Amino acid sequence: MHIHRYERWWMIFGLFILLAFMSTVFIAAIADNFNPPSGDQTIDPTKVSSTPPFDHPGLRQKPDGNYEAYYVSQIFMFSPAKITVPVGRSVTFFVTSADVVHGFEIAETDVNIMAIPGWVNEATHRFSKPGTYLLVCNEYCGIGHQNMYGTIEVK
Amino acid sequence: MFTEALAKPSENRVVLAHIYTATVAICVGALFGVIQAFSRANAIVVPAWFDYYRMLTAHGVLMALVFTTFFITGLSEFVVYRTIARPQRKLTTAWLAWWLMFVGTGIAAVTILSGNATVLYTFYAPLKAAPSFYIGATLLVIGTWVVAYNIFENAFYFRRTTAGTPLPLPVYMAAATFLMWIIATLGVVAEMALLIPWSFGWTSGINVMLTRMFFWYFGHPLVYFWIMGAYIIWYSIVPTRYGGNVFSDGLARLTFLMLLVLSTPVGIHHEFMEPGINSAWKLLHMVMTYGVAIPSFLTAFAIFASFELAAIKAGRKGFIQTVRFLPWNDPFFSGAGYGMLLFILGGFGGLINASYSMDTMVHNTIWIVGHFHVTVGGPVALTFIGATYWLIPRLTGRELWGRSIALWQTRLWFIGMLVMSLSMHYAGLLGVPRRTASVEYAGATLAQSWEPSMLLAAAGGGILFISVCMFATVAIGTLFKNEKTHDTMADFAVPAPQSDPTPPILQHLFRWSVVALVLAFLAYTGPFIELFHSHAYLAPGMRTW
Repeated sequence: MHIHRYERWWMIFGLFILLAFMSTVFIAAIADNFNPPSGDQTIDPTKVSSTPPFDHPGLRQKPDGNYEAYYVSQIFMFSPAKITVPVGRSVTFFVTSADVVHGFEIAETDVNIMAIPGWVNEATHRFSKPGTYLLVCNEYCGIGHQNMYGTIEVK
Repeated sequence: MFTEALAKPSENRVVLAHIYTATVAICVGALFGVIQAFSRANAIVVPAWFDYYRMLTAHGVLMALVFTTFFITGLSEFVVYRTIARPQRKLTTAWLAWWLMFVGTGIAAVTILSGNATVLYTFYAPLKAAPSFYIGATLLVIGTWVVAYNIFENAFYFRRTTAGTPLPLPVYMAAATFLMWIIATLGVVAEMALLIPWSFGWTSGINVMLTRMFFWYFGHPLVYFWIMGAYIIWYSIVPTRYGGNVFSDGLARLTFLMLLVLSTPVGIHHEFMEPGINSAWKLLHMVMTYGVAIPSFLTAFAIFASFELAAIKAGRKGFIQTVRFLPWNDPFFSGAGYGMLLFILGGFGGLINASYSMDTMVHNTIWIVGHFHVTVGGPVALTFIGATYWLIPRLTGRELWGRSIALWQTRLWFIGMLVMSLSMHYAGLLGVPRRTASVEYAGATLAQSWEPSMLLAAAGGGILFISVCMFATVAIGTLFKNEKTHDTMADFAVPAPQSDPTPPILQHLFRWSVVALVLAFLAYTGPFIELFHSHAYLAPGMRTW
């Protein structure tokens, strides 16, 4: 099959774009460890409120000065509803769901993960700018989905 | 250009049943859509009976599943009937297919509208709809399998009676589309096999991640099913509107072959942000997703090359003369042509979404909604609407009524979709989540800054709704006016006379579908094994609406 010269150039151009995109992603993934979340812990979704550490959701400081935040998403709220984090500290969010699938998106940050019943998902973010951050559920979870939000105060 | 077997009224009727169902689905779906766009932007207060999420479910199901599926099945049967002459064609299975799809849709629609399946069109467990929703959806899928059987049976008949002549290009494309579809729908049927007994209460819990993986095994090839429907039209019918040819028969077939092989092993790019799936699998699916972009690059070239060659043949040269040469005053061409323009946006947006860590910025924001409106709602829907204008005279023997309404309808759709989806893309980058009845969040400062883009999106939705009303007007007007037309022959584009013969390796669709199955197996076995190895808890079903 004869392939027209222009078409060959176009195919090379297209492949070049794809390779450029792909190498950017691979370099970020391998060199900077910039990967999407892949939490592999499981949890009984019917017993979230009695399973540590989700029986006491909230913010904990680690010995190194950074934080871990344990969140339970359930219709139609996040627990804790509000946390306060000092500016410049990194926070690792551990998120699970006590009922249906929820989303866990902190607007204006790169925290945007799924809360799946039966699983614990995680994401880490360093808050370098002070302000009030809005946490929203971005997966449909029922009649009150639009009211499901939380606040992260960075001081 | 070859013309075909003579139009037979009995065959036309079964195709028409599909096209009319699709037309009703898009008109009703658009009504729900525009109310959602305005109420979400706080531009109107909807009455209490208008349950946002119930109507959102209906909108998604009608547009993404019903409109597209009925149109593609109808179109595929049409190209088969008009390219393969057959003295006595039995239409029993064709009608059986339509009835299965229609009854399934009806059962699911009643369940949704009665408020017993407010689970949106992705029906993510453990949201638990009434069993009739899942059963209706399964019937719709089984109906499409009967359509697939029809297409293959006719293709075999053609090969048998023509001593192995290559399939006519449109039939080849339809057969590739439905082979891909069968491989893809195995996923959703497997998911239904889990959901149906669970929703009856026969099983107490559901493995949520397993249902999600089955869903996206099906969900992404579903997108390619829509695209392949539009490509059948772009490659094999649109060129006849400007006296053009298929740029290269071999490359057109190669495009469909690549779509058949590469559409399925990519679904995990919808699950980047989920737990329980190793990063390595996510990266693999990203690479495969880039691979399935290649046939679309080929298509972009083939279409523009076909435009330019036809323009040169007509004595025009250069970019501007080529653009002006094209029949923009033809409603069919206008629909397909503006659809192609929208696909440039949609294609690049898709590459961004598929880009692994970059997806973090846009995942489940309204950017995604903008993306699929500028793909399935743009190139696909606009091409199908344009093609409906072309099909109606050929199926009914009636002149299309309201040509200029039809023409402006396609232009308005293009403008409305641009306004709506660009606002949605922009709003998504600001963080606006998808699938919410409102974005107020008790007056949060950030949420207030989202309002202008939501209003602009609603304005785009309003333009789209006017456009849909015009489409309905033309369809109904044509039914009532009943003027005879001579436009009952369907032309299909063929390669330029001097082009090379197509390599035989591209002809063996069934062998290539084995390759497709192997790739799907390789891409999914690992993730499935991982899910089974981890100690997965079952989640009880819930009705949270």
